[in-house]
Amino acid sequence: MSAITLPRRETYLNANYGILSWLLTTDHKRIAVMYLVSITLMFILGGAAATMMRIELFTPASDLVDAATYNKLFTMHGIIMVFFFLVPVIPAILGNFLLPLMIGARDLAFPRLNLLSWYIYLLGAGVTLWALISGGVDTGWTFYTPYSTATPTEVITATIGVFIVGFSSILTGLNFIVTTHKLRAPGLTWFRLPIFVWSLYATSLIFVLATPVLAITLILVAVERLFHIGIFDPTLGGDPLLYQHLFWFYSHPAVYIMILPSMGVVSEIIAAFAHTRLFGYKFVAFASIAIAVLGFLVWGHHMFVSGMSLHAALMFSILSYMVAIPSAIKVFNWTATLYKGSISYDTPMLYALGFIGLFTIGGLTGLYLAALAVDVHVTDTYFVVAHFHYIMVGGAIMGYFGGLHYWWPKITGRMYSEKWGRVAAILIFIGFNATFFPQFILGFEGMPRRYAAYPPEYQFLNILSSLGAVLLGVGYILPALYLLPSLWFGKAAGANPWNATGLEWTTASPPPPNNFDKIPIVTTGPYQYPGKKETIG
Amino acid sequence: MAESAAHLDMQFENTAQQHDTRIFGMWVFLATELMLFGGMFTIYTVYRAFYPNAFAEGSRHLDLTLGSINTAVLIVSSLFMALAVHTARTSARRLPLALCLSATVGLGILFLGIKGYEYYLHYLNGEVPVLNWTYAGAQAGQVQLFFWLYFAMTGVHALHLFIGIGLVSLLTLLALLGRYKPDSYTPVEMTGLYWHFVDIIWIFLLPLLYLIAK
Amino acid sequence: MTNEPIIPTRKLLLVCGCLLGLTALTVVAYYVDLGVFHTPVALGIAGVKAVLILLYFMQLRYSSGMTRAVIIVGLLWLGLLLAGTMDDALTRGWLNVGAP
Repeated sequence: MSAITLPRRETYLNANYGILSWLLTTDHKRIAVMYLVSITLMFILGGAAATMMRIELFTPASDLVDAATYNKLFTMHGIIMVFFFLVPVIPAILGNFLLPLMIGARDLAFPRLNLLSWYIYLLGAGVTLWALISGGVDTGWTFYTPYSTATPTEVITATIGVFIVGFSSILTGLNFIVTTHKLRAPGLTWFRLPIFVWSLYATSLIFVLATPVLAITLILVAVERLFHIGIFDPTLGGDPLLYQHLFWFYSHPAVYIMILPSMGVVSEIIAAFAHTRLFGYKFVAFASIAIAVLGFLVWGHHMFVSGMSLHAALMFSILSYMVAIPSAIKVFNWTATLYKGSISYDTPMLYALGFIGLFTIGGLTGLYLAALAVDVHVTDTYFVVAHFHYIMVGGAIMGYFGGLHYWWPKITGRMYSEKWGRVAAILIFIGFNATFFPQFILGFEGMPRRYAAYPPEYQFLNILSSLGAVLLGVGYILPALYLLPSLWFGKAAGANPWNATGLEWTTASPPPPNNFDKIPIVTTGPYQYPGKKETIG
Repeated sequence: MAESAAHLDMQFENTAQQHDTRIFGMWVFLATELMLFGGMFTIYTVYRAFYPNAFAEGSRHLDLTLGSINTAVLIVSSLFMALAVHTARTSARRLPLALCLSATVGLGILFLGIKGYEYYLHYLNGEVPVLNWTYAGAQAGQVQLFFWLYFAMTGVHALHLFIGIGLVSLLTLLALLGRYKPDSYTPVEMTGLYWHFVDIIWIFLLPLLYLIAK
Repeated sequence: MTNEPIIPTRKLLLVCGCLLGLTALTVVAYYVDLGVFHTPVALGIAGVKAVLILLYFMQLRYSSGMTRAVIIVGLLWLGLLLAGTMDDALTRGWLNVGAP
């Protein structure tokens, strides 16, 4: 196989060379690529910790690692995957690359701030990794007080790392909000925006409004730990539950930070590969905003068994059910879009369809957990673990991989191997279900999370889960094996390989440094596909 | 087209859009700052609801005179900041602009000086948790909780003011160099918004910390 | 550069005077026996001062609706945080278990 050369033309990739032209770039496309590299590295580290855990859980006894190491492993897995992978992955990579392209702008509103946010991410990642290497943390990713102020592990360094990376999120969110408001191309009204832009906007709202609360809370924990006395300290009359309130005021909306951009990606893919207009555009758009807002009203459902007041628990329980409404609206609209569309099953579409199934399972099991009485039974069991992995891995990561494949030709100008793409997508879907579906059963039978050892009767399902994880792991490694070679050997993609609509497909692949030779003037809404065989709705 | 003094970045069509975008960005940033202080205001509200008497007791140990003087100092500094923006928009003559800005800086430093003196008095009186804590009256733990919050809230506020002083000092220097013109004064207005926001936070800290003893 | 009207210096001085007056008022009100209304009055005065600063020093009077929306959303979200947390804090004693 010999390398295929693309026609010579100035793109953001070849506009200039040399390491400094990357490290000092303010081009949102280059920053997105740098995020892609750094976030993938964090994903590998977080995945390695998960691998160790799944190997340990092959047998009931804690034989591979001792209990203390296991505590550090799941903490490492949680901190890296939540704060350094799931939260930034779609906004910072795909969002960064596509937002200006999708709204017909030459860059984000604050390009230097955008570069700064990448450096802040690196600094936060470095500090956190230092904490994890120099002794580890055993509090779980939630840093609950008062344990986090008493444990001998490296909590201060880890919280400071997470504090730092929070500012990276805040800057990205601020940049996206201002860009969406101020830099839309002429004629691009709000209701002509692609759904991905709507969902990025909703995500940015959460970034901006929730992250600062987490930042100040973690700093107060670090201070308390430093002096061994402080604001959440029960010996002074402090209230550890208050810490949980403030923590989940960020961390529950953070779940929507992870899932909303994925929903945006899936909306784009479904419309493009069903070759039809997105059904119920305004409903899907407003559902994104509704999820972002409602997401702030439900944080207490993480605290049902914590000793919180029953009145508050009731309120949070009812409000948690409400989130199901906009989520269901989205799922129904996607399926209605598929109805009588001319569907082609390319790799991105396989991920999108997988997303719908897995997100639905994750969402419905969430309703069990929102019910006060059921929650008492399954709190801190593998049922919860399975539930949130269905949302965060089954949902968020499927969406990310779908989006990465969908826009890969735009980012690199090359097509990847479609055959291997489909194999990986199906492998990930099967592997994911094999890993996490048994955990629902394990949890319902009462296996608690966060233990290295378990009673022998749980072994069969645990082996099943670990074997599934092997498949899942292979599925995650495969894309690296065909995406990377496609950089040299992939066919030239052309400006619009999928025949999709959207401004990002009107410019060349890879785009020129200033995105558009001429800023487009928009006269129609998104998703102007040929349409269905007969109209519905 | 007439040559404008303002540099226009690639992503903007004209300087007015560039200005509006940056000012709007500053407002969004201030919303994040509000939530940052909001976390501490929430902790304060919960604990004050739990321990009203301990908080009143703690508040009695604060110096209302110094607190009120500091409020006035900050308000006048905000006036000078507003006058600086006014000058930049209307004439942008170097000297008046630099004078307004340096008056802002001076008053900001005066505020930090008075605040530092208050901290020093607390230290002498044994009211600084960890460093020197000797209070042993009723509800000593809860009173200490009040002082933790007092130092956290005024400390984070002072940090913001410190950053503000740095920014306005830089503006002063650039104003003297003639960087700002009536058609390019965006940094002055942005910094002004930040400065006023820090002022507003203090305006709420005064009643919440100093005025609850009764 | 922008077409917002410029607020005259006289008005800025007047606002500053009001703010200083309100500061004095809030200190005076502290020494008057207001019973349970101490905190609401003090916070009310602080609110008026904040609005004055927002409207005139920060020129909100002449800003676009979007800017106002940012402030309103910020305050609303602070309200959500307070409401949810206080819902727990104020009703935890109802069942008489584990309340401080």
